[in-house]
Amino acid sequence: MSKKSFRQAINEALRQEMRRDPTVILMGEDVAGGRGGSAGTADAWGGVLGVTKGLYEEFGETRVLDTPITEASYIGAAAGAAVTGLRPVAELMFVDFVGCCLDQIMNQAAKFRYMFGGKARTPLVIRAMYGAGFNAAAQHSQALYPLFTHIPGLKVVIPSSPYEAKGLLISAIRDDDPVIFLENKVMYDVEEEVPDEPYAIPFGEANLTREGDDVTIVAFGRMVGMANEAADRLAKKGIGCTVIDPRTTSPLDGETILECVADTGRLVIVDESSPRCNMATDIAALVAEEAFDTLRAPIRRVVPPHTPVPFATVLETLYMPSVEKIEAAVTATMNHRVTEKV
Amino acid sequence: MQIARETLLRSYRAMRTIRMFEERLHVEFATGEIPGFVHLYCGEEASAVGVCANLTDNDTIASTHRGHGHCIAKGVEVAGMMAEIYGRSTGVCRGKGGSMHIADLACGMLGANGIVGGGPPLICGAALSHKTLRDGGVAVAFYGDGASNEGTTLESLNLASVWQLPAVFVVEDNGYGEATGASFACAGTQKARAAGFGMPYIECDGSDYFAVHEAAGEAIAHARAGKGPVMLHVHLQRWYGHFEGDAMTYRAPNEVAEARRDHDCLRLFRERVTQAGLFEDSVLDEVDAAVTDEIEAAVLQAKDDPLPQSADLLADVYVRY
Repeated sequence: MSKKSFRQAINEALRQEMRRDPTVILMGEDVAGGRGGSAGTADAWGGVLGVTKGLYEEFGETRVLDTPITEASYIGAAAGAAVTGLRPVAELMFVDFVGCCLDQIMNQAAKFRYMFGGKARTPLVIRAMYGAGFNAAAQHSQALYPLFTHIPGLKVVIPSSPYEAKGLLISAIRDDDPVIFLENKVMYDVEEEVPDEPYAIPFGEANLTREGDDVTIVAFGRMVGMANEAADRLAKKGIGCTVIDPRTTSPLDGETILECVADTGRLVIVDESSPRCNMATDIAALVAEEAFDTLRAPIRRVVPPHTPVPFATVLETLYMPSVEKIEAAVTATMNHRVTEKV
Repeated sequence: MQIARETLLRSYRAMRTIRMFEERLHVEFATGEIPGFVHLYCGEEASAVGVCANLTDNDTIASTHRGHGHCIAKGVEVAGMMAEIYGRSTGVCRGKGGSMHIADLACGMLGANGIVGGGPPLICGAALSHKTLRDGGVAVAFYGDGASNEGTTLESLNLASVWQLPAVFVVEDNGYGEATGASFACAGTQKARAAGFGMPYIECDGSDYFAVHEAAGEAIAHARAGKGPVMLHVHLQRWYGHFEGDAMTYRAPNEVAEARRDHDCLRLFRERVTQAGLFEDSVLDEVDAAVTDEIEAAVLQAKDDPLPQSADLLADVYVRY
């Protein structure tokens, strides 16, 4: 056990799985970097933010493949390699680039197993960065996990910490279905204790990061840390919050959410994706349908406005959910008074 | 190149099977009993068979929406295909794919594909598997002149060259992408496109099985030897519409009749092998009779086979929510 960053935890998961299984390969734009450059180097970048640094050195060009900047061909190639015996981990860099290759994910990889009558295995992982907070503006800041969650046949993972990232990525690589693995780009330098040995965190099993009696908060990815901080502040005011990190949006651990809502009677959902048809609306529908009688207050959603992600810091800060916004939502749900119907 | 007698007979049988399979579907579709869309491969048989005669089960192909011919040529069971097209649980995809998604990974058939240009990227991946696993296999993408303009196809030509993959890109050029002519929709030439990506280019007459077999043999040998990808441009004629029910109002009245008269790959094959004294007509007649029986049996069986059960709806996908 030692302190590792989110970046190091992901790198370690990749390295350990590549050592364990020779069919695991990496591909993507500049996952090594430097090929064909005048300096004559390889592994110049190790990924645009250095997440795959050093893997080229250990595994060489047959396992760590730089690609041209052509997402459709190499994401499709990863899908084709996955159904023919390899276990590719393809890096899409920014999840926003899915616009260039959605067909290969949505119509090809996601469909093979079902459409071919259960006879195809597609052990494919697509890693991509998501999220605002980097002043990266509208084309490099989206949190598109609802888009993937909407597509049957895909599994969708959003790790909330370095420990979670390592265990969930190992599960993703070992999974026989296509997995979209989304890394919040603001979190790469976040550190915590992470075991040195490989371990797998199962999909579809939510993690409770705080427990309290008054309000259930469901949060995803980077929002889990904000929800924890809000819960700690609220605890000092005598308000107890349970914080649920679902870890995966598909499969989604609906049972745990329903159980916690039954205990607390109040629900706040924190989701940094665009507010229409996102995870917050999805979970609100689930709870409204399955647990209506346990609710003591309306469900509240802490979500961005329905706008593209803005560039200027002042606007981006306004756009994002925050600890303060979560506190305000929890306080509002606590203050709700049920009026008896006559 | 001398082609073995067994190969010739197997190829003739495969071409005849495709022809009869498709002509029977043309008739059956008109009765309304077949659900969904059907795209027929009649007239193009020598392309699929001439290419696949150079492949084994260890090699991989990806097909198109017009995929029945490629499936049969690669060895997918005819009865299972027919049952699939009828939406039966005995189909090769258990009734969940249909005509446009017939796949059989066990014989290296990565699937027909409902998306134009969907196959070439997948074939880059299959070729990468062959190269990485060093199994000696080659991956072949069949795609039409319409798909040759898709970005996915052009990106795949580049990627295959960059990675020096054991891949062959077979452009089946029947002159039409749906209802629009290739002379309108394809700028430049396929030959110049291949050159633009630094790969060898071979073209052949798709109604001549021997020409396809030879050209494909050369292309596949090049890829298998680790020398990188090749483009094979096959000139073809499509005898039916884009899909069944297409009245083909965009084609001159005599175009299909002339294609059937002058470019029938089965007639040309038979003339050549009988004139060369390789086979008696009676041997080929026996094949025709056997295929007639096989198709008849496949249709009767498919109509009689069980439909999928309600539990099949939720099988083979992660549906927990």
